[in-house]
Amino acid sequence: MKQLLILSGKGGTGKTTIASAFIKLSSAKIYADCDVDAPNLHLIMAQNIEPKRTDYFGMPKAEIDTDKCIKCGLCKENCRFDAISDENGFKVDPYACEGCGVCEAVCPANAVSLKPAVAGELMLYADDNNVFSTAQLKMGSGTSGKLVTEVKKQMKTVASPDTKLVIIDGSPGIGCPVIASLSGVDMVLIVAEPSISGISDMERIIKTAETFRTKIGVCINKHDTNLANTEKIEEFCKEKGLPFTGRIPFDPEAVKAINNGQPIVDVDCPSGAAVKEVFSSTMKLLFKESDGAEA
Amino acid sequence: MKSKGVKIAILSGKGGTGKTLVSVNLASIAERSVYIDCDVEEPNGHLFFKPEKVWEEIISVKIPFINESLCNGCRKCVDFCKFNALAFIKNKPYVFEEVCHSCGGCMLLCPEKAIGEQEKPIGKVQKGVSGNVSVHTGIMNTGEASGIPIIKNLLSESILVKELPVFVDCPPGSACIVMESIKDADYCILVAEPTVFGVHNLNMVYDLVRLFKKPHGVVLNKCLDGENPAETFCTENSIPILGRIPFDRELGTLNSDAKIAARENEKFWILFASLLETVMKEVRHETTVNPQR
Repeated sequence: MKQLLILSGKGGTGKTTIASAFIKLSSAKIYADCDVDAPNLHLIMAQNIEPKRTDYFGMPKAEIDTDKCIKCGLCKENCRFDAISDENGFKVDPYACEGCGVCEAVCPANAVSLKPAVAGELMLYADDNNVFSTAQLKMGSGTSGKLVTEVKKQMKTVASPDTKLVIIDGSPGIGCPVIASLSGVDMVLIVAEPSISGISDMERIIKTAETFRTKIGVCINKHDTNLANTEKIEEFCKEKGLPFTGRIPFDPEAVKAINNGQPIVDVDCPSGAAVKEVFSSTMKLLFKESDGAEA
Repeated sequence: MKSKGVKIAILSGKGGTGKTLVSVNLASIAERSVYIDCDVEEPNGHLFFKPEKVWEEIISVKIPFINESLCNGCRKCVDFCKFNALAFIKNKPYVFEEVCHSCGGCMLLCPEKAIGEQEKPIGKVQKGVSGNVSVHTGIMNTGEASGIPIIKNLLSESILVKELPVFVDCPPGSACIVMESIKDADYCILVAEPTVFGVHNLNMVYDLVRLFKKPHGVVLNKCLDGENPAETFCTENSIPILGRIPFDRELGTLNSDAKIAARENEKFWILFASLLETVMKEVRHETTVNPQR
């Protein structure tokens, strides 16, 4: 089984648009959305199915029993996250609490306990042909990396030995959810955008991905919005020896297709045609067995 | 323009909707202002401002350091750590720095006082000047998991410049890192684009700002003729629309070349000046109606 992860560093470059097109083109039966902060793939790939929902428990949250509390203040003093306040009794701010358990350990009166807390929801969409794993983190929650790992675990439970390809839509940034999504994948496709910001963000995500020693491919979306910057990106890829998998033009038809809940390859449009080329060179790269990474 | 001392956070849920575009242009229009880039994973504001006289500070977190000669192998630290950042390997405690949350619990609980702490750099904060704007940028090192300590540093320092308006450019999403960025904001600007993805993620940050009881309004970016799903969402939920930025090739090109549109072209100066005026009116209105902050 080959796992292709789509990342970008910068947000809004077209990860989900390209992921949905790839899923359609490859007829991949298993796919996932690891952007648990702001998932969108379900808006294209799972409009009419009800998912199986499971609560996701993140880190526990501390709670103070005010009847047992002797108001010594040790919990507040030792909390590194400023999560405990002292206004009319000691209280825990659940948004600041990271569930480390220091307060529980230092309390001389056994007044603090750690309680399980729901931090999001896992969704598994399944019909006769496809299985789609995704999740939504609860607002303001931490531990998004752990939830990403759960999304991938849920995805793998349905994979069979003859599953050839899974496609994973990633999240922007380079932090914990991205790092969690990177582990174990066979290739990362980076969707770059020809802007100075986009180039800076692309360089940072490549640096992050390189530490995982996976194959990396780069494509450019909306390439015609700034041709000089497009050239800079291609030049950068050449210098770094990174395979370049193609350019996709800016296309108002793409926006329309997405707003109608359609992958762009379902519509006859320039971006749809270009993404097919990107897809075929990406697949060649992914299935090229030069590095013994076959699973 | 009168815009004293307020902290305005700019967020969007979805990435690439124009947070940085709105933040850098508003900060440039204000007579004097502070711009803070809290998108520490992918900071872009400094590429636009190209600040001068840059002063840099390394941001570190505390990571446990084990004095093996004092360790008696009781494993209390390993059993305590909720983040699995400590393990016993070949009868020696070992620290996995990347997953440590720096809670200090292991050090506190070690009966032999065998655990101390050392500083581990995770990124930096840069401060510089670009014309009328004091530019503060947080940059997380690649490979690190959490930039929250950098954001905390950025926002604690900004209290020092109370008399100037502060524009806080937030990361995408609605997780802990965004929450940290808007915690002390007086007002939140939500930037939305006219796509179903944009609306779905706008809905999420809309819930977030309501959860934290932050006064807020929406800027509609990349507006095209015809139906705008983001605008419909605002109307249905009675969210004030602060302004509309048209889809404009020239603006797109300036922005993709990391140029500040309001400083380059009078047309855009007028656009963002009028947006800033509306924002400040809303902020003043909110602070008189809800003066709790």
